Amino acid sequence: MSKTLFDKVWDSHVVRKIEGGPDVFFIDRHFIHEVTSPVAFLGLKTRGLKVLYPERTFATADHNTPTINQHLPVEDPLSANQLKALEDNSKEYGISHWGLGDKKNGIVHVVGPENGITFPGATIVCGDSHTSTHGAFGAIAFGIGTSEVEMVLSTQCIMQPKPKKMRININGQLGKGVTPKDVALYIISQLTTSGATGYFVEYAGDVFENMTMEGRMTVCNLSIEMGARGGMIAPDETTFAYLKDKPLSLKGEEWNKAVSHWKTLKTDADATFDKELTFSAADIEPMITYGTNPGMGMGISKNIPDANQVEGGVATYKKSLEYMGYHENDSMLGKKIDYVFLGSCTNGRIEDFRAFASIVKGKKKADHVTAWLVPGSHEVEALIKEEGILDIITEAGFVLRQPGCSACLAMNDDKVPAGKYAVSTSNRNFEGRQGPGSRTLLASPLVAAAAAVTGVVTDPRTLLQ
Amino acid sequence: MAYDKFNILTSTAVPLPLENVDTDQIIPARFLKATERKGFGDNLFRDWRYNNDNSPKESFVLNNPIYSGKILVGGKNFGSGSSREHAAWAIYDYGFRCVVSSFFADIFRNNCLNIGVLPVQVSAEFSEQIFNAIYEDPNTEIEINLPNQTITIVSTEAQESFEINSYKKENMLNGFDDIDYLQNIKGEIESFANSLLL
Repeated sequence: MSKTLFDKVWDSHVVRKIEGGPDVFFIDRHFIHEVTSPVAFLGLKTRGLKVLYPERTFATADHNTPTINQHLPVEDPLSANQLKALEDNSKEYGISHWGLGDKKNGIVHVVGPENGITFPGATIVCGDSHTSTHGAFGAIAFGIGTSEVEMVLSTQCIMQPKPKKMRININGQLGKGVTPKDVALYIISQLTTSGATGYFVEYAGDVFENMTMEGRMTVCNLSIEMGARGGMIAPDETTFAYLKDKPLSLKGEEWNKAVSHWKTLKTDADATFDKELTFSAADIEPMITYGTNPGMGMGISKNIPDANQVEGGVATYKKSLEYMGYHENDSMLGKKIDYVFLGSCTNGRIEDFRAFASIVKGKKKADHVTAWLVPGSHEVEALIKEEGILDIITEAGFVLRQPGCSACLAMNDDKVPAGKYAVSTSNRNFEGRQGPGSRTLLASPLVAAAAAVTGVVTDPRTLLQ
Repeated sequence: MAYDKFNILTSTAVPLPLENVDTDQIIPARFLKATERKGFGDNLFRDWRYNNDNSPKESFVLNNPIYSGKILVGGKNFGSGSSREHAAWAIYDYGFRCVVSSFFADIFRNNCLNIGVLPVQVSAEFSEQIFNAIYEDPNTEIEINLPNQTITIVSTEAQESFEINSYKKENMLNGFDDIDYLQNIKGEIESFANSLLL
């Protein structure tokens, strides 16, 4: 029978099917971090359970870590306690742990692929909804709750009904200044934040085939923002080239054997989807959000829609604009901003820093803007230095911070103050997401850079050479 | 973690007719620093419920004494966003045992089922009827009957059935969780793992 890429990976990981219930689903790789794992370990202790396959779980501290002075003890006692719990639990159960200060440390969805832990055809989970990132490699990857973290630790399985399948096709050539982030924000603006709930998405078409792995990770990362559990892209030569010789990738004959299997991981020509959508690359321009969910985005040159043009309730829409301090039919261009955040599991990779540097090179940061530039990992940080990007951004008046999730969810001190506007390359613009009362405009690294040097929302195409 | 068995729940309900209520509103990230599952109910809807000086915002429904009960009725796309189970814990810890909505975000629904909060999905029309009934009379009782899979507005007898898979239903009725099940098939899981290449 013809199968989709998703079917092939899902079906090969079903340990047992339960009549009228979920599948017992085997997990190849499990990532844990300090925020959603402590209660799972507590559960293991209460029940007297062991970790079944400690070599399949990888721990890194990221959500709750400072992005300056990482060599000093963590000041906030609650955060320090969580980091210590991750370290102690990892040690007790024999799990590899990249804690704060370790040269391998960084955001879980950046360090996983970077080290070759992620691979095509794998099933990957983590107590974090942006686990969908790893789908870029042709893996089934999605976020889970803490009860499920406990299940994976103790049995390497979770209980999941198989989601429905959706394919999103985009063909054509992306315009100048249009990045993978814009492609994702465009799709979400078309589908709304619940448009793909219940589905697992495959992205197909030459727009995705032509993307780098970093770009594919950005797209798959944002799958959850349209409600999908995850998104995936068929592995190809770009995927194999990225993974080859990564520290934990297979080597020699084992690698060759794996690659020939991975080449079979694509949707059969006559396989069908529950839903199929097609968009055109030419319709996508640099995007920006104006509201309080990632579906409230539009091309940067457009005006904020009328309440009666949008799907969903008028009261919710108006409450959202009121929170943002914006009005229907406003243009976003020229709106003053206060903060810029470059980083996160969405846009904290080397390519994102290259893009940011391409705009700020030879310019100066606007005086009134506070900018936080946070690499996704120490490896990204090292590349920023190696490629001369640090010199460019320093010259332009920016400071590079240390790796972590940072202002994406503002669990650490990187909080945007109430009422202030932040152009952010992260993934959520929910009320208070970047600090109580903060107002977030989601955008690409290019749009963030253009805002950082002009101090207002600016179309990056006007600044590109 | 074990939770209370769920059978038939008859209770007044708290209305929150906003759409896209995300998990950052249910429990903001800065309250996720605990290493134990305790006290999350205090910070449920923290920034909608309290001012910066920690005084209650009177306009928010949880601060309005005329609405109370074990059922929370939300708007469409309830629980979108992060996978934090803390959102479901906060709802449970505050005292809710059931959330009703015309549409749930996927991970949130799953998390609720895993910790003993029953997510009941109803049609948009029925959701509207519930809101109207509660606004007309805050003492309106809603009956959630898990064995029959029905939700009823007691005063009007308006009723709708809801979906839940039979495995999860048994779990909720008995207070079982998935780990109990998985532990019992460990041998099967181990032989599956041995057959894998990676």
